[in-house]
Amino acid sequence: MAKKNKSPEQKRYQQIEQKHELKRPVVKNCIKAFFVGGTICLIGQAVMYFYMYFFHFTEQTSGNPTVATMIFFAMLLTGFGVYDKIGQFAGAGSAVPITGFGNSVISAAIEHRTEGFVLGVGGNMFKLAGSVILFGVFSAFVVALIKTLLQIWGII
Amino acid sequence: MLPMFFWAFVIGGLICVIGQIMFDVIKLTPGHTMSTLVVIGAILGGLGWYDPLIDFAGAGATIPITSFGNSLVNGALQEADQHGLVGVLTGMFEITSSGISAAVVFGFIGALLFKPRG
Amino acid sequence: MLKGKQSWVFPNRPVIEASAAVGGPFEARGKLASDFDILHDDLWMGKDSYEKAHTLILEEAIETAIQKAEMTKEDISFMLAGDLVNQITPSSFAARSVGIPYFGLFGACSTSMEGLALASFIINNQGANRVVTGASSHNAAIEKQFRYPTEYGSQKPPTAQWTVTGAGAAVVTNDQEKQGKLVTTSATIGKVVDMGLSDPFNMGGAMAPSAADTIIAHFKDLQLDPSYYDLIVTGDLAKIGHPITLELLKKEGLNIDSQKFKDCGLMIYQEDQQVQAGGSGAGCSAAVLYGHLLNEMRKGKYQRILLVATGALLSPLSFQQKESIPCIAHAVSIEVHP
Repeated sequence: MAKKNKSPEQKRYQQIEQKHELKRPVVKNCIKAFFVGGTICLIGQAVMYFYMYFFHFTEQTSGNPTVATMIFFAMLLTGFGVYDKIGQFAGAGSAVPITGFGNSVISAAIEHRTEGFVLGVGGNMFKLAGSVILFGVFSAFVVALIKTLLQIWGII
Repeated sequence: MLPMFFWAFVIGGLICVIGQIMFDVIKLTPGHTMSTLVVIGAILGGLGWYDPLIDFAGAGATIPITSFGNSLVNGALQEADQHGLVGVLTGMFEITSSGISAAVVFGFIGALLFKPRG
Repeated sequence: MLKGKQSWVFPNRPVIEASAAVGGPFEARGKLASDFDILHDDLWMGKDSYEKAHTLILEEAIETAIQKAEMTKEDISFMLAGDLVNQITPSSFAARSVGIPYFGLFGACSTSMEGLALASFIINNQGANRVVTGASSHNAAIEKQFRYPTEYGSQKPPTAQWTVTGAGAAVVTNDQEKQGKLVTTSATIGKVVDMGLSDPFNMGGAMAPSAADTIIAHFKDLQLDPSYYDLIVTGDLAKIGHPITLELLKKEGLNIDSQKFKDCGLMIYQEDQQVQAGGSGAGCSAAVLYGHLLNEMRKGKYQRILLVATGALLSPLSFQQKESIPCIAHAVSIEVHP
C-alpha cells in the first residue's frame, strides 16, 4: 500500500515477483471461514438458549451473558494454545466472531506478562483490540449523532 | 428453535466469509478488517437494519464483531431518546459493556493463569 | 584487501577453527537436527521470558564454539554478533556474560555473514589473532516484536516464513597450520536494495533482488564463474525468493546450476512442518552454516561454498508508516585449504 511512485525497475521486478508468489487459496479459505464461523455462532446460539431456559433471560437480554461466556471460552482456548491453531486454519472464521476480539485481548495480555502486570499486561492488552474499540465507539457516536439530529429536526 | 440454529450458522458463516474476503482479496490486516466490520455494524444499526437481522438469525448476528457496532449505536440512541443529544455520548456502553468487561477480566485472569506457548 | 567495487579477498586465509549451532524444539524436528550441538525442547529454555531464552542460545553457541576450538574466552579478542530484537539486546546480554570485547551488529537476517566478513577482515589484517562471530533468532521473541502475540489467532499466508529459533557461532583465527582446514577466502558486502515491496508476510519476495545484486557483484569483483563453487547457498529466501533470485541471475547472464543453488530456509525444516514458505531469521543462516554446511565441508562433501545471507531491514513502525522493505545481502566464501 505504499503511496510512493514505483520506478520502472521496481515495476518490472514486481511483475517477476508476482509470477512466483504463492497465491492465497481464497476459495478454500472462505469455505473454512464459513464453517468455523458458522459453528462458533451455532455454539453461541446454544449458549443463548441455555441462558434463556435455565436462567430466565429473555431473547433480548441473553445476549450479554452469552458474549461473556463466549469470551470465557476464548480465554481457555487461547490459554491452552489452541486458538492460534484454529486461527491459522479458519482465518476470519475465528477472528470475526466476538471470540476473536477476546482472543486478541487475552493473547496480548498473556504474552506481555513477562513485562509485568502494570506496564506489560496493562500497557499492551489492547494492542490489537484498540482499533476495534476506537472505531466502534466513534462510528457509533457519529451514526447516533446524525440520526438523533435528524430526529430532532423532524426530518425522520 | 431448529430454524434459528440453521440461520445462526449460515448468517454467522457468511459474515465471516466477508471478513475472509477482506483478508485475502482486499489484503487488509486483521485490525483494519475488524475495525471496518464494526463500523459497518454501526451504520447498519443506525439504519435500523441490524436488529431485524438479529431477530432472524440470532447468534449468527450477535456473535460476529459487527454486532458490537450495532449495540453501541443502540445504546447511544436509547439514551439520546431519554436524555437528549448528550445521551449519544453517555449511553453507548449501557448495552455493550459485557464484551469489553469480559475481555479485560478474562485477559487479566488469562495472564495470571497461562504462559504463551509460541 | 579490496577487490573490485565492494568485495574483500583474504590472502592470509583466516581459519574457521570451530563452529557450533544451537536450536529449539521446532528445529529439533527438522531435517538438520543431527547437525546441532544443543537442541532445546521448549521455547522458554528454563528462563522466564522469550528474550532471555534468546540470549541463552547465543551464549551457548558462542561458548560451545570456543570450547570446540579448544580455547577459553580469555583467548578471544573480539565478539561480533547480532540478532533481530530491538536494540539487539540478546546479543549484548550474551556479550555481557561471555565478557569478550564486543561489536554489536545489525543486518537483520544477513547478520551472520556481516559478522563473518568483518571477522575475516580483522583476522586477515592482523587486527586480532582470534575472534568469535555469530547470529541468532528466537521465533516467539520475534513474532512478539514484529507481528502478533504468539497465541493470537491470525492466519499466515502461504508467503509467510517461520523465524528459526537458533543460533550459530564460529571461532575465526590466524592459525598458521591451515592444511585441510576451513578458511574464508573472500567476502562481498551488499548494498541496500529496495524494489518497493511492502508486505511483511512476504520477506522472500522483498529480499531476492538484494541477493541477486550481491551475487552479481561478487562474481564481477572477483572475476569468477559460478562454477567455481560447489555450492551457493542463500540465507532465507525460501520458496518465494529463491526461485526469483535464480531467475534474476539468469537475466543478468549468470547461469547457476539449480542443483548447486540451495537456501538455508528451505533446508532446515521438513516438508510437513507448518512453515508456509520456509525458515527465516538471523539464526537461520547462522545455524545452518555453522552446523550442517560446515560439517558437510569437513566430511569432504564440498570444497568451496559461497554463503549469501539476506536481510529485510524493516521495523514494525516502518510498516505502519507505509514504508516499503529495503533489503541487503552479504556473501562470504569458504573453502577447504589444500
